[in-house]
Amino acid sequence: MELVLSIGIGVLAGSGIWLLLRPRTYQVIIGLSLLSYAVNLFIFSMGRLTINAPPVIKAGTEIDPATFADPVPQALVLTAIVIGFATTALFLVVLLASRGLTGTDHVDGKESER
Amino acid sequence: MNDENLLLLLILIPFIGSALAAIVPVNARNAEAWLSGSVAIVAFAIAAYLYLSVADGGVVRYTLEWLPEHGLNFMLRLDGFAWMFSMLITGIGFLVVLYARYYMSPKDPVPRFFSFLLAFMGAMQGMVISGNLILLVIFWELTSIFSFLLIGYWHHNAAARDGARMALIITGIGGLCLLVGLLIIGHIVGSYDLDVVLAAGDKIREDDLYVPALLLILMGALTKSAQFPFHFWLPNAMAAPTPVSAYLHSATMVKAGVFLLARLWPVLSGTEEWFFIVGLAGMSTLLLGAYFAIFQQDLKGLLAYSTISHLGLITTLLSLGSPLAAVAAIFHMMNHATFKASLFMAAGIIDHEAGTRDMRKLSGLFSFMPITATLAMVASAAMAGVPLLNGFLSKEMFFSEALEEHSDSILDGVLPYVATIASAFAVTYSVRFIHTVFFGPKPTGLSREPHEPPHWMRLPIEFLVLACLIVGTIPSLTIGPYLHTAVISVLGERTPEYSLAVWHGINTPLIMSVTALAGGVLLYLVLRNYLTRCEDGPPGVRNFKGQRIFERLLVTISWRWPLWMEECFGTYRLQPQLWLVVFIAFIAGLWPFLTTDLNLGLPTLDGIDPAFATIWAIGIVCATGAAYQAKYHRLAALILMGGVGLVTCITFVWFSAPDLAVTQLLVEIVTTVLILLGLRWLPKRLEETDDSTTLIAHMRRYRDFSLAVVCGGGMAIIAYVMMTSPLPETIADFFLQRAYAEGGGTNVVNVILVDFRGFDTFGEITVLGIVALTVFALLRRFRPASDSVETPEQQRIQNAFDDDHPDRKVGETVYNYLMVPSVIMQWMFPFIVLLAAYLFLRGHDLPGGGFAAGIAMAIGFLLQYLAGGTQWVEDRLRILPLRWIALGLILAAFTGMGSWLFGFPFLTSHFQYLDVPLIGKVPIASALFFDLGVFSLVVGATALILIALAHQSIRSHRVRTTEAVKAEEDA
Repeated sequence: MELVLSIGIGVLAGSGIWLLLRPRTYQVIIGLSLLSYAVNLFIFSMGRLTINAPPVIKAGTEIDPATFADPVPQALVLTAIVIGFATTALFLVVLLASRGLTGTDHVDGKESER
Repeated sequence: MNDENLLLLLILIPFIGSALAAIVPVNARNAEAWLSGSVAIVAFAIAAYLYLSVADGGVVRYTLEWLPEHGLNFMLRLDGFAWMFSMLITGIGFLVVLYARYYMSPKDPVPRFFSFLLAFMGAMQGMVISGNLILLVIFWELTSIFSFLLIGYWHHNAAARDGARMALIITGIGGLCLLVGLLIIGHIVGSYDLDVVLAAGDKIREDDLYVPALLLILMGALTKSAQFPFHFWLPNAMAAPTPVSAYLHSATMVKAGVFLLARLWPVLSGTEEWFFIVGLAGMSTLLLGAYFAIFQQDLKGLLAYSTISHLGLITTLLSLGSPLAAVAAIFHMMNHATFKASLFMAAGIIDHEAGTRDMRKLSGLFSFMPITATLAMVASAAMAGVPLLNGFLSKEMFFSEALEEHSDSILDGVLPYVATIASAFAVTYSVRFIHTVFFGPKPTGLSREPHEPPHWMRLPIEFLVLACLIVGTIPSLTIGPYLHTAVISVLGERTPEYSLAVWHGINTPLIMSVTALAGGVLLYLVLRNYLTRCEDGPPGVRNFKGQRIFERLLVTISWRWPLWMEECFGTYRLQPQLWLVVFIAFIAGLWPFLTTDLNLGLPTLDGIDPAFATIWAIGIVCATGAAYQAKYHRLAALILMGGVGLVTCITFVWFSAPDLAVTQLLVEIVTTVLILLGLRWLPKRLEETDDSTTLIAHMRRYRDFSLAVVCGGGMAIIAYVMMTSPLPETIADFFLQRAYAEGGGTNVVNVILVDFRGFDTFGEITVLGIVALTVFALLRRFRPASDSVETPEQQRIQNAFDDDHPDRKVGETVYNYLMVPSVIMQWMFPFIVLLAAYLFLRGHDLPGGGFAAGIAMAIGFLLQYLAGGTQWVEDRLRILPLRWIALGLILAAFTGMGSWLFGFPFLTSHFQYLDVPLIGKVPIASALFFDLGVFSLVVGATALILIALAHQSIRSHRVRTTEAVKAEEDA
């Protein structure tokens, strides 16, 4: 299972980075989203993979931490997902405004001379 | 009022006066002068009153704790020496204010002038009475800043701007060095308290860090006092209004350097390094300043170089390390302040009344302004060191000290000759000043007829010249006790016997004086003809100007080098920058593999669930597909990206993270809608059919592709290594064990978010709110590109259909489009609200929570927009996202602050069981209210972003209709 997930993370990150280095703003925004999936999964996987053990405890019982998934990376990733949405929105608006101002969707605001 | 508070007032009054002066109307010259004059005279009175406490070695202290743990306190300390300076600052300050009232033209914006002048007075006052070294540097830098503002007062004048900038850079760099030097002293002594430092002289001189500290402190002192080779800023500072030159650049601020040297004299002096560095700087300044002064054609330039030379004299005296020399130095600080301030004022009057300061144009003014001329003559005589004037006394002391042997070196050996020659030069330029300006033929070619100034303008000069005379004739009766007070506060037990008598009999110093007087006059007679027609500046080194070197240096450092660096390393293009960032990240990720010995076992295929592997196969296809299609098929790329999001979501479910899965799913929905809304404004892009890409572009793609592959591979390896290595003890145990006991919730992730790490969450929702507001603000001024303004093709076809059928109204088809889903979506609204409430309420104990509930709620609103269109929704429902945001932040903040009422830190949570009728016992945690704040903010922020973007369609629609109407009218 670890192997599958790590290959998945690698492919998401690679696709994200490829798009990040492209000249069109839309490519960059998709790239950033893919990269953030990869990073979120990566951080999440730092708590190791556990099946059928969500960090939801039973009130009033003795708690054995080993029987639960690590809640800390989950808490980190949860806020990261929401903030990720916000930054995507901000970037989208910036790229729309830039396109409106410059008339091009190139990341530099002008077509590069090849 | 006791002395300590008076001490504080001494600083506060000028600063308060400065603030008041700034708000007086621009043309109120008299009100300004009255205000500033009163400030100065009150401060003067306070300083004078404090003499009672500092006479005979007393010290007044005032301490206000500031950062006691770092040894930084707001400490004021007034002793005899500081008192002497306070008197000079406030006294001459008052005279300068009086003078400036008549000097400044009614056209000048005087509030600015007087405000800066008073602020400078406060800063200078603070500098001399600082009892803490760091505080001293702060006031020191303040004087530099106000000096900058005052030199640049006439900022329409390029010379004023350049002079101000140069003064600021030179003294500012010096001040920075001084700060470091004093920090070293504080490090050596272990305290910044001036009293402690003054008592630790031996310790400082023996320390290894003595030389660096000394060099840095001297950088500060020598730049401030315009000593060679930093002297050139002072002549350029003469672009300031003359009252400023009289006050800052002769009497007070330039004295700050020598003040500091004298202040730290007991601690730093007496070593060889001190003598050689300070002595060399002092003597060369003394001689060169006097030499340069002779050849100046500008009256103020002559006085500026003379000031430099006299400051060099004081520096030389301080370098000698003998107590008697220190007495002479302190005495000369006072004397120079009096005669030089009066001379500057006289020069200002000449400039004011004759319209020029050029000595080639001025002559024979005695008959026009006899009183001013007489005053200037007396003051010049004091500057030249003529007997029966104060300048003579300190110069005699200097000569007798110059003759004493201080160390066995050439520098000490040549001192008597340097002193005599420089003194002769001083006589030459003094005689030249008087003779050229006031005698000879009547001036020709002046723009106006010169005459005596108003009496009040001359009064300050009269007063100062009288002081020169009185001190010069009966020194021990007048200045004696005050000088003694100043001297003992610096020298303490080492205070020597000295005599202030006018006549010491015929001795070597007197012979030197006579030689200098005779030699100086003779030199003038020789040079006279040359001086009336020569260019500005001394012969031989006329073209060798410190100013020019400084400017070249400045241009090189601040313009050429940055330009060159930008050419070499800079780019305006984003792609290379991002490439570099990713590359550096790759190297950083690679580093641990290279430096540590990681044991990478071969991956095994055991225990892989085929279903999971299949899901990820789909995920991988989606990701690569999105990467491939993002350029020409945006919608496809978006859908594929959504696929990746779903795979991520399933992964979260699979590995026991239900909270993440819920949030991811909901965020996925809003992100997709968001980007869909954005797609509307992006340009059409058709797949390129011709192969126009160049080789370089191909190479670039290969390069990017390889970087992407190695980075992705690296990520995969790191992730695999991390996941398969055993988990060390983490803080997770802490949270799991206390989630219920201390946070009152069983969903540990939620408890961490709203309770244990509530402050982080508070920060995060604040960021979310800020981002939403930024998006909103950016979109308010949004102007789409011209090719995106048109209505989308589908709507055009639908509207055309309406046009063709007379029984249909225009827009009806668009409105009825997808009617069935719309109705379903409208009906869904209450259920989504219910779902949001459900997610919210269960959040503390089961997967859900404020974030997920907030996004669910926002989706509810969003669906209404999708179903009915913007106008339809807003006719029926007012969402007011800004209020949701505000409410959320306020709720979260107040919940956090609530714990203050019970004496706990911010965001300490509390929970208990509450008996609710019908429902029974329910747990209520204060974190619930915090989570409600999170919920409200997330609803507001998400809705604001999406609605703002959705609004762009109807807004540009409006623009278009007005344009259409216009076109019709034109037709």
